[in-house]
Amino acid sequence: MLDWLSNLFPVLVVVVGFWSVRRALRQPLWAEAWRRLKANRLALIALSVIGVYALVGFCDSIAWRNDKNANSLSLIDRAFSRPAEPTYSAPLANKTFGEPTPRALQGRHLLGTDGTGQDVVYLTLKGCRTALIIGGFTLLIATPLALLLGMLAGYFGKRVDDAVQYTYTVLDSIPNILLLIAMLLVLGRGLPQLCVALGITSWVGLCRLARGETLKHREREYVRAARALGISHGRILMHHILPNLLPIIVISVTLGFSGLVLSEAILSYLQLGVAAGTGSWGNMIDASRLELARDPVIWWNLAAASAALFILVLAFNLFGDALRDAIDPRLNS
Amino acid sequence: MLRYLLRRVLYAVPVLLGVSLATFILFYGIFPPEQIARRNLSAKNPTSQQIQEWLVAHDYNHPLPQQFKKHMTELMLLRFGRSDSTGEEIWTRIKTGAGPSTIIAGLVFTASLATRLFFALWSAYFRATYVDTWITLVSVFLMSVVYIVLVIAGQYLMGKVLRLFPLAGYQSGWTAFRFAVLPVIIGVISGLGGGTRLFRTFMLEEMNQDYVRTARAKGVPESRILFVHVLKNAAIPIITSTVLAIPALMLGSLVLESFFGIPGLGSYTVDAINAQDFAVVRAMVFLGTLLYIAGAILTDVCYALADPRIRLE
Repeated sequence: MLDWLSNLFPVLVVVVGFWSVRRALRQPLWAEAWRRLKANRLALIALSVIGVYALVGFCDSIAWRNDKNANSLSLIDRAFSRPAEPTYSAPLANKTFGEPTPRALQGRHLLGTDGTGQDVVYLTLKGCRTALIIGGFTLLIATPLALLLGMLAGYFGKRVDDAVQYTYTVLDSIPNILLLIAMLLVLGRGLPQLCVALGITSWVGLCRLARGETLKHREREYVRAARALGISHGRILMHHILPNLLPIIVISVTLGFSGLVLSEAILSYLQLGVAAGTGSWGNMIDASRLELARDPVIWWNLAAASAALFILVLAFNLFGDALRDAIDPRLNS
Repeated sequence: MLRYLLRRVLYAVPVLLGVSLATFILFYGIFPPEQIARRNLSAKNPTSQQIQEWLVAHDYNHPLPQQFKKHMTELMLLRFGRSDSTGEEIWTRIKTGAGPSTIIAGLVFTASLATRLFFALWSAYFRATYVDTWITLVSVFLMSVVYIVLVIAGQYLMGKVLRLFPLAGYQSGWTAFRFAVLPVIIGVISGLGGGTRLFRTFMLEEMNQDYVRTARAKGVPESRILFVHVLKNAAIPIITSTVLAIPALMLGSLVLESFFGIPGLGSYTVDAINAQDFAVVRAMVFLGTLLYIAGAILTDVCYALADPRIRLE
């Protein structure tokens, strides 16, 4: 029963995502942006790389258990169901690594194994889901909050504006990393806590952007005309101003995604990342700190995790830039 | 100017009040002192008596309204009290840690500014050529590397393989620089990608202005236009972006100091995180905020110094 529900959620996320993209592409603005984006080969490559990561994350989210007492295993877990090796082994080696009398391995591992004998390719793939959840859910928390408060502040002004501005000025005057440390120390380690804490630090920039844009649009003639026709404030905000804010919000959310994924690695180094049992690139990188000091060096853990992280972040950076140029060509200097 | 500064300082007061309120909500509301006691006591299942004793010893045994008053007044008067885990006066550690932190952060700051300007100017001078393309591409690549990997790999490569610098550690006095070189190089590289790209857009925005066209029409050489005319006018956005770099400097001191064993404020904070020392973290959050606000005020002063059209009143 529970399996069924927890599998429904990732499917729902994918379906809603596809549906909203398809709906958006019917509108002239987004259709035009997509046409420009299609002409950019680098952007398409970046988009397909993101797609591959999303697919891995999706496969890792579909899980069920074989019998009642067993842990539930995802598709990725099932694909790598070989028993663990005794300890470290080098990429494609057939013996264990760093022991006085190397033992034979049960199989070959493309990127070797870590200290507990787990396959590094498997661990790296497990990190995909964590990274995507950190980026995605944080933005799912931060964006609606930022849009709501920013639009209310920009549209109504006066007291509302003062209150919202004061709140974000206070939050913004605490350097992000210190606020994150304080919140995570209080909330404890874990994926949901991380998303909430990152959400609280990342809504400020978006809110400021939404407020400024709403302030501009409020004075435009189409809004005045709507007011003169007696359309309610709520409807003006939702149906007239919001669609005009969306392009700039989409751009800044895409560019913000990579920063969130990167901060997971730094927080893991400060021992404030996800719990040790959850596979994440930050934890892998943190664990590999001491491995470089060994002789001979164990490099494959660090290399695999940082390469996976690097490629995802690079893809998001390149795609974000291309998206910005496609949506608003005037910004392209 | 003086009146303006005074007003800015007064504006900071409600913000600081808000910040200490936020820390109160975090450290007393969401996470009550009993929990702090539980995490700090070595016993696995502390008795309620042990917890009470710890609370009394660390001055947490007041009802919430009183605790609130104490928290607010002490933060505002910068009386940070004693550490939760070691009982040491927090100010003494701040005084010893400020020196090394200032050296590292100051060097990273100035060296970053210089290298970013250098590459941005280079890129703008050769704009729309392969030099520009390569600098932009390398910048995007650098932006995508995780800070921690840069630190780990940098220490391994320059410290262990090439043996150029000491791996870690610190000494006061002039020998400090020998230990500072490696962290500073890594700190500079980490911000180089994003910074260069940002500065390049500032330069290119100025290149489209009318005064540049006029200068070209008069026959001013391209290098003089860029290094004299454009650089001066790009100073304002550059100054703005440096105040935004203050949080990054703090992150840098956290990671670099703890990684290279430099006894500054950053490694003090990281130690406090590992020791679940809430009093120190609280103090550091407030101190960091103060520094950030001070940096923002200083930026405004720099505006007036850099641009004679700006008058602070």
